[in-house]
Amino acid sequence: MNARMLPFYATVVIFLIAYAICYIQFPAMLSTRVIGNLLTDNAFLGIVAVGMTFVILSGGIDLSVGSVIAFSGVFIAVMLRDTSMHPLPVFALLLSITTLFGAAMGLTIHALQMPPFIVTLAGMFLARGMAYVLSVDSVPIVHPFYEWVQSTYWLMPGKGRLTLIGGMMLLVFLAGILLAHRTRFGTNVFALGGGVQTARLMGVPVARTTVLIYALSGLLAGLSGIVFSFYTSAGYSLATVGVELDAIAAVVIGGTLLTGGSGFVAGTLIGVLIMGLIQTYITFDGTLSSWWTKIVIGALLLGFIVLQKGLVGLTGRSAGTAGGR
Amino acid sequence: MNGTMRFLRRVAPQIATLAVVLLLIGFVFPGFFDLSFANGRLYGSPIDILNRGAPVALLAIGMTLVIATGGIDLSVGAVMAICGAIAASAITAGYGLPATLLMALGAGLACGLWNGVLVAVVGIQPIVATLILMVAGRGIAQLVTEGTILTFTNDGLAFLGSGNLLGLPTPVVIWLSMGALVTLLVRRTALGMLIEAVGVNRRASMLAGVNARLLLVTVYMVSGLCAAMAGIIVAADIRGADANNAGLFLELDAILAVVIGGNSLLGGGFSLVASLIGAIIIQSVNTGILVAGFPPEFNLVIKAVIVLVILVVQSPAIHGAGVLFSFARRSP
Amino acid sequence: MTSGQASTLLTASGLTKTFPGTRALDGVDFELHAGEVHALLGENGAGKSTLIKCLTGAYRRDAGDIRLDGASIDPHNTLDAQSLGIGTVYQEVNLLPNLTVAENLLLGRQPRRFGFIARKAMNGEGREMLSRYGLDIDVARNLDTYSVAIQQIVAIARAVSLSGKVLILDEPTASLDRDEVRMLFDVIRGLRREGLGIVFISHFLDQVFEISDRLTVLRNGRLVGVRDVAGLDRLQLVNMMLGRELAEETRDHGRTGIDYAAEPRIRFSGTGRSGAIAPFDLDVHRGEVVGVAGLLGSGRTETAELMFAAAPKDSGSVTKNGKVLRLASPRDAIAAGFGFSPEDRKTSGIIADMSVRENIVLALQARIGWSRRIPRRRQREMADDYIRRLDIRTPDAEKPIGQLSGGNQQKVLLARWLATNPEFLILDEPTRGIDVGAHAEIIRMIEELCANGMSLLVISSELDELVAYSHRVIVVRDRAHVAALVGQDITTDRIVSAIARPTNLEAAQ
Repeated sequence: MNARMLPFYATVVIFLIAYAICYIQFPAMLSTRVIGNLLTDNAFLGIVAVGMTFVILSGGIDLSVGSVIAFSGVFIAVMLRDTSMHPLPVFALLLSITTLFGAAMGLTIHALQMPPFIVTLAGMFLARGMAYVLSVDSVPIVHPFYEWVQSTYWLMPGKGRLTLIGGMMLLVFLAGILLAHRTRFGTNVFALGGGVQTARLMGVPVARTTVLIYALSGLLAGLSGIVFSFYTSAGYSLATVGVELDAIAAVVIGGTLLTGGSGFVAGTLIGVLIMGLIQTYITFDGTLSSWWTKIVIGALLLGFIVLQKGLVGLTGRSAGTAGGR
Repeated sequence: MNGTMRFLRRVAPQIATLAVVLLLIGFVFPGFFDLSFANGRLYGSPIDILNRGAPVALLAIGMTLVIATGGIDLSVGAVMAICGAIAASAITAGYGLPATLLMALGAGLACGLWNGVLVAVVGIQPIVATLILMVAGRGIAQLVTEGTILTFTNDGLAFLGSGNLLGLPTPVVIWLSMGALVTLLVRRTALGMLIEAVGVNRRASMLAGVNARLLLVTVYMVSGLCAAMAGIIVAADIRGADANNAGLFLELDAILAVVIGGNSLLGGGFSLVASLIGAIIIQSVNTGILVAGFPPEFNLVIKAVIVLVILVVQSPAIHGAGVLFSFARRSP
Repeated sequence: MTSGQASTLLTASGLTKTFPGTRALDGVDFELHAGEVHALLGENGAGKSTLIKCLTGAYRRDAGDIRLDGASIDPHNTLDAQSLGIGTVYQEVNLLPNLTVAENLLLGRQPRRFGFIARKAMNGEGREMLSRYGLDIDVARNLDTYSVAIQQIVAIARAVSLSGKVLILDEPTASLDRDEVRMLFDVIRGLRREGLGIVFISHFLDQVFEISDRLTVLRNGRLVGVRDVAGLDRLQLVNMMLGRELAEETRDHGRTGIDYAAEPRIRFSGTGRSGAIAPFDLDVHRGEVVGVAGLLGSGRTETAELMFAAAPKDSGSVTKNGKVLRLASPRDAIAAGFGFSPEDRKTSGIIADMSVRENIVLALQARIGWSRRIPRRRQREMADDYIRRLDIRTPDAEKPIGQLSGGNQQKVLLARWLATNPEFLILDEPTRGIDVGAHAEIIRMIEELCANGMSLLVISSELDELVAYSHRVIVVRDRAHVAALVGQDITTDRIVSAIARPTNLEAAQ
């Protein structure tokens, strides 16, 4: 048995146990309706967490994504309000902006040899600031296309609705799984997380991979912004504050090593679902307060970090070079 | 003496930057430097900067020490929220002011102890270890305030946020004294040197007999204490504890202040005074944008530009390109 | 086993490489035949790794010519050297522990179908690559689930498949046990049969004798000689490596003034840790210098670390003046009056960014405690005093120690411990990598210190030096103390023969 798989299995087991507890108390939680809502409510978080998984697997971190989502929402809202463009070309424009933004951060990290933490911190300020500059107030989005997307869903057996954005998240996860575990790029991402120096010596194109990783994170943050705008029908520069933290938490709870080099995109999906489940449970319960979400997530984070620390200690070798820069 | 010259040379870039920022503001807004004395205290924009800058300045004190050991403390914003919430709820529960402050400051120390143990004893990377409290901390703060903005009317506690002392707003007096106290503590004892030694080379320091583990825990506890003071000031200022927004993103401002202060993120030599000037630079930019009539929206954009400039100047990839902020860096 | 006619595969002539302060390689010639295992020997600082790095493009040489198959080559980096045909495998396996074995073998050239990695094909290919080395393992598992020996073979398989002419093995056996070494040697013999030229670097002389056809010895960046292994005398080899002058004058060890009848100052009984150093007994008397001799990796540094509690011991006890000491950390050892200047100055000794003054007062300050800061003026006086007494070449006491030369750094570290006025000082390779002048001064200091009653334990690969100042010499081999020489027995000849004694005696142990 591969010890590296253990955090992933732990995630799955925790999810199943949590769901079982929920089901025992509130049998209604097993309905496809709840599952459909779980997917819809967490779609934007799931999509951005896929990008974060790649970043963290490579030994980096991306603090800018929450701001990029807010920027995306405001950008779309303002463009739809002030121009007569159809949402689709606006989306295309937005995604190219956020992708280039991510690529620029990746390039900065590589070229200046600076910690991703501080580079993406600048990105966080910049994206949030640009969102403010576009509009300080919440801008409502009214467009037939939005109404169409929001009212389109697949009625699952049991009257649950799989909305377009929920489905979009599942598709992104599928693509993410293939990209991470079935392509040379994916292997290179893991290689960077295993040790940049060694990866370079083994011929991994470090510069290209780094730029692509942050570009992917930017792309997915943009996509997440689009999904979030469907979810809220508005663009607001103060929205999605701290989503980068939720995304990081989902990635770690999903069994990915925060120091990079080991993890699973599929685990992140379960991490997102665990976080959504805690919220749903609290809603169902009615007496519990929302802050327990953060405390439980913090406790889960602690558990997983300590578990991984133990595992690294078990399989650790003196030769292993620490990931990250 | 030689030491004074060395000190001036160390903080010269920060003072120059601050001067440039202030002059720019003064240029667009001529009345900026006007001070007046009324109701037993000084009034004016410069005083306002010192006052508004108090939380970040306090956080920067602890953060400087943590970064000097090669670590980072992401949890200070959340710790501020926790301690503000504890202060507000203790005072409304009828505890006296001393007991309230003791509880709030004790909570800050406890948070620091938690971080320090995770880093120094369990051996988790600082950025990962302090992330846990960063995430859970706001939940704990909300648990304390039970999700509401917990307001209080105690004038004694409010004095810490909005009162006057020695002709200055109380927060200014608090952060100046704390800055002076910690500076004296690390420079009049051997703490400063030992912290730097651990930050530069932990193994060599341990072999020379430095108790690195204890030192690391202490440093995170100081950071927690500073965060507690900042949290109390913020709560006292608005006469209430807002678990959601108190100290939000201030950990980033504090790190920024330390970096503007010319301290290397890799640890080693540090200057508290330079970090404090860094905190005041950040607040001056904030205030400057406001008084100059720029929309506050530009605030973050300008901050981003500042970080980028620092990045370029501090980058090991660009040797000798910048002399404004010169950093002692070592090969990894 | 070598084929009759030796065909030259790789030649380097007149290789020179200078670093600030030292000439790491000085006109070294090197020749490798196809189908031979060629050992490269020398103590630390001899220039082995610099030579390897020049051959593989990790360093750019200052002068000299490298020819592969007769054609002049100039590799710009290790990848470049690899594509030319020169592959390298290091002691610290340079693979990615978090990837699977197959991914490590085929990174960058994984077989694909429709743009996606064809897992089955990749694993099949990986298995086939390893089967050539007699290895049948699950290649879909992560590399770090396997032993270092298997990781070495995977690294070799990758290197050979990418380069295919020359294979450089840098200390591949350092962390392997006997069976694993045998397994690795089978692989090496297989590659030799296939006509590869293999450069083998190891500190284990037995292994060198077992696997190599020829050997090249370097010392202080210069070529000492090239020999056929068959018929080579071990003693002669050790002499080549350690560079002993033949005519030597032993010091008169009779009149030492050490009272051996008295209770020893420090007594180690049964101190050891499995895997690091076998339990040993050692007494150190007042005013005595105990020298420790042994090749690199013999367990000499482990001895020092255990004594100073820098590494945990799992057996034995320590007494000082008859009283049992509880040593759990270096802090305890320092409190008991110990001092330790480690072998690796850069990672374990100096605090590079800090000033000479701060580096000197650090240990004393740590012992006094943080609250009682040594006044700045006193620090300056101490620093200036030691700078003068030890002749530390620095413009002033405020210069960062990292900017000093190795010899001066060593003197600062010596000063750091002298400032604590220790009773028992451990010096691990105090004279390595420093210039001749500083060398002599450090030896003079050692003699002066013991004359003043300090007890010293000095580890060194400079045997002449050990002979000059030691009252007793402990010889360490294969992670055990194997001999103790006293008085007239302390000669380089005796030390060399104790180091070189073949290990068949150990089989009986």
